[in-house]
Amino acid sequence: MRVLAISGSLRDASNNTALLRALREDAPDGVVVELYGGLKSIPPYDADDDVVPGPPAVEELRALVRNADAVFFATPEYNSSVPGALKNALDWASRPLATNSFRNKPVAVVASSAGAFGAVWAAAELRKVLGAMGARVVDAELAVGHASERFDDDGVLVDDDVRQGLREALETLLAEAAPALAAA
Amino acid sequence: MSTTEQQATTVPAGTFVADRVHSSVGFEVPYAVATFSGTVPEFTASLVDGTLTGEAQIESIQTKDENLQAHLLSPEFFDAERHPTVRFGGDVLRDGDDATIEGELTIKGITQPVVLRGTIVGPAVDHFGATRVGLKLETTIDRTTFDIKWNMPLPTGEPALANDVTLKADLTLVAKDA
Repeated sequence: MRVLAISGSLRDASNNTALLRALREDAPDGVVVELYGGLKSIPPYDADDDVVPGPPAVEELRALVRNADAVFFATPEYNSSVPGALKNALDWASRPLATNSFRNKPVAVVASSAGAFGAVWAAAELRKVLGAMGARVVDAELAVGHASERFDDDGVLVDDDVRQGLREALETLLAEAAPALAAA
Repeated sequence: MSTTEQQATTVPAGTFVADRVHSSVGFEVPYAVATFSGTVPEFTASLVDGTLTGEAQIESIQTKDENLQAHLLSPEFFDAERHPTVRFGGDVLRDGDDATIEGELTIKGITQPVVLRGTIVGPAVDHFGATRVGLKLETTIDRTTFDIKWNMPLPTGEPALANDVTLKADLTLVAKDA
């Protein structure tokens, strides 16, 4: 099973990207977690550029999503919402709505922030956006507050509760993806 | 009892199949300040010895906006990928021109009891010699009991989409040759 992992943060030392690295480390046998690294190369959405084929970075993202069995997001929160770069990428990926690559795709959203609330509002907004795109948003929630305290100096997750929360979110996502695989 | 009286008080025996050209199945739901409506043109229905059964293919749902159609087919609404059909079945009770069906409706894999009410006309012979029965039925369901819970708040805080949805079926059923 292939899980595409998308971080909503662009910075190298991102806590959310580090969460996804931990997810990859702990993935069960038979599950490949691929970390998406193309977010920064997605151009600003412009309907005039929304032609077939789309910009190469957009087509790459669409193909990665299409070929994945599920998608796992980890997002920070900017101004109480989804980071613009991530929302922009989803706006591209959602076109055209009726046949977009996220349609019926099982997706999970976790979030982390430097503050106490763990980016819960961004996570809620992201779930709303993904639902509107036609994704199959699973009921898995993990909000990691005070994120910088959860990692060591090398960006390795050292909080066992958070690691367990990631495992449980992945299990929920994989369970949702399993019926689709069985029907394929 | 005359033939005319028998026709007015009983549901005809035998097998009748929906003529889709002259039949329709659809829904209406209050949305913001108006009513949002749509149809599901791909369906089958039959009346067999007084029992009406029907099945609609939810992928065929028609609204006036393709993006809305896509949203309705998504997991937030009907989840057409995993639950492609809506099904109904129940016995028709007739009282003159009034028809009532206490039956079961299955949407999104969830079956709930429902009562359809409306009118029944016929049997009557059409200009081609076929025997037809007309059934015009509707019911109101709470969509959330079928796990269709999407909503969006209006600026006032009120939900944009009502939970109560009216389902309508206007069926012309044609007798099959025995």
